[in-house]
Amino acid sequence: MALRTDAPPVTGGPATRGRRPESARRRRRGYAAWGFALPFTVLFAVFMILPVGASLYMAFTDMRGADLRSPLAVNFVGLDNFVTAVTDPQFQQAAGNTVYFVGVAMPLTLGIALLLAALLNSGLTWFRSVFRVGFYAPVVTSIVAVAVVWRFLLQPDFGLVNTVLGFVGIDGPDWLTDPTWAMPSLIMLAVWRNVGFSMVILLAGLQGIPKDLYEAAALDGAGPVRTFRSVTVPLLRPTLLFCAVMAGIAYLQFFEEPFVMTQGGPLGATNSVAYEIYNQFGFGDYGLSAAMSYLLFVAIAILSFLQFRLLRPKN
Amino acid sequence: MTTTPLPPATTSAAPAELPAPSRGDRRRRFGPRALLLNGALLVGLVASLGPLVWMVLSSVKPEGEIRQFPPTLVPQDVTLENYTALFDRMNFPQFFLNSVIVALAVTVGAVLFSAMVGYALAKIDFPGRKALFLLIMATLMVPGTITFVPLFVLVANLDLINTYAALILPFLAAPFGVFLMRQFMLDIPDELLDAARVDGAGEFRTFFRIVLPQTGPALATLGILTFLGSWNNFLWPLVAVQSADMYTLPVALALYSTGQNTVQYGLLLAGATVIVTPILVVFLVLQRRIIQGIATTGIK
Repeated sequence: MALRTDAPPVTGGPATRGRRPESARRRRRGYAAWGFALPFTVLFAVFMILPVGASLYMAFTDMRGADLRSPLAVNFVGLDNFVTAVTDPQFQQAAGNTVYFVGVAMPLTLGIALLLAALLNSGLTWFRSVFRVGFYAPVVTSIVAVAVVWRFLLQPDFGLVNTVLGFVGIDGPDWLTDPTWAMPSLIMLAVWRNVGFSMVILLAGLQGIPKDLYEAAALDGAGPVRTFRSVTVPLLRPTLLFCAVMAGIAYLQFFEEPFVMTQGGPLGATNSVAYEIYNQFGFGDYGLSAAMSYLLFVAIAILSFLQFRLLRPKN
Repeated sequence: MTTTPLPPATTSAAPAELPAPSRGDRRRRFGPRALLLNGALLVGLVASLGPLVWMVLSSVKPEGEIRQFPPTLVPQDVTLENYTALFDRMNFPQFFLNSVIVALAVTVGAVLFSAMVGYALAKIDFPGRKALFLLIMATLMVPGTITFVPLFVLVANLDLINTYAALILPFLAAPFGVFLMRQFMLDIPDELLDAARVDGAGEFRTFFRIVLPQTGPALATLGILTFLGSWNNFLWPLVAVQSADMYTLPVALALYSTGQNTVQYGLLLAGATVIVTPILVVFLVLQRRIIQGIATTGIK
């Protein structure tokens, strides 16, 4: 944070306004600053700070839908909601599914994004901006809308995916109703939609690596793989970290994909923690739902922390 | 990644962005390696855009043709019946209007408020500044999945369920926007602001006349990102709105696609096209700004 000194640059000039006592001017500027900050701060306090605090409060109460109008007249139940959540087989399955989803989709997204960025940065690409725009386009789409589209693409009888697989002699599965293939289907959609985001950021990171480092590596006789490992990856660490954290946070909360494509099925195979939170909320179990939210929040914090440890710049 | 050839010595009239390719460059750019690489990228491009193209093409096929096997690539019997059903029978004009109203209000409000507080945090030394900044940064990573239950209780007690206010107000306090605006406003030279103050301009005048014009690109970037986020937002509108006339487009499509219309692909694909196409058009027009904005955000 750059702290600025408050001394005016022009002192003792002909301007009479500058003569005002320093303390009065400071106070006046303080009022002005809070004037700027006020609209945001009020909304921020009401719609962010209050709910974050209330979420913790609710997680320790037996609040239900019936208490909606009297949220303070509820009983404290200690850690009951947390115990209920972690011992519930359905929540455990949702947690396992979420780990599966993040554990596969995140590395896949980053890997493909890095590959595409490296290809686009090689100097051999013919229409670089066309590719960049094309790969980024899915990022701006509504997940709900593209989940509908992918449900259609994955339709077993006349869907495009199985038609194309049929061309090469593969008899595609019934993607969304097969417990084995349902989750890979959602992962496919997520990777397809999100690769462009990481790719654009990684490409900017690659372009920021000084060319002479590559020339030096080449002079030292380093091949492409060695150069990639010893020059590109170390210098790209902060960028990779940012992409990993963003993807991790987004993927841990995946919700629209199962909501639209599978409703969490078949047999709970695509139920996610976020979807389970929504369902418990729908059942009117606000306390339990808030406790699950906090568990998810802790998971997000832990994942981000691990990523920082793993990918922080090494000196 | 092979050795980079030395820059050609005799090209003075090079285009702005790239130096004119030397003969070796040209050979490299059209050699077998380049062919392979561009081929791979092309396959990726088809995979990336294919589903969206397929969505649009299928949305103008009649339901029977959609279910045909093998599928037709080009619609044989182009029809707008899916769209007319969407707009006549299913109240999509209302959903579209709701989405537009909410996204515009959120964008204007969030950008303005973020710029205001970002300016105060970046350029004015005031009591409470550090605490406010830390508090905002602490919530930067708090996702909507965590707050939607208490937010629903709050909004219900404010009697705002099924109102535009419920869809708009919570998104006007966007920590990410503040972070972005402060970051950009730190780069505004203090001399410029001091000069305005010496000329007798008040803080508000300085803000609107000097600061905002200086941050044009950042405002545009934040505005586009906010609009995209609002247009595609799903969980909160799903929770905050229960009467059908207040649905936004994603809520309407999601509920129709999981309700009784679950296998009416023509209708659903037309709905998806209605949601995605306006955003894609905006993206294509502003792609340079959007991609650069994203890239710089990642670097900063």
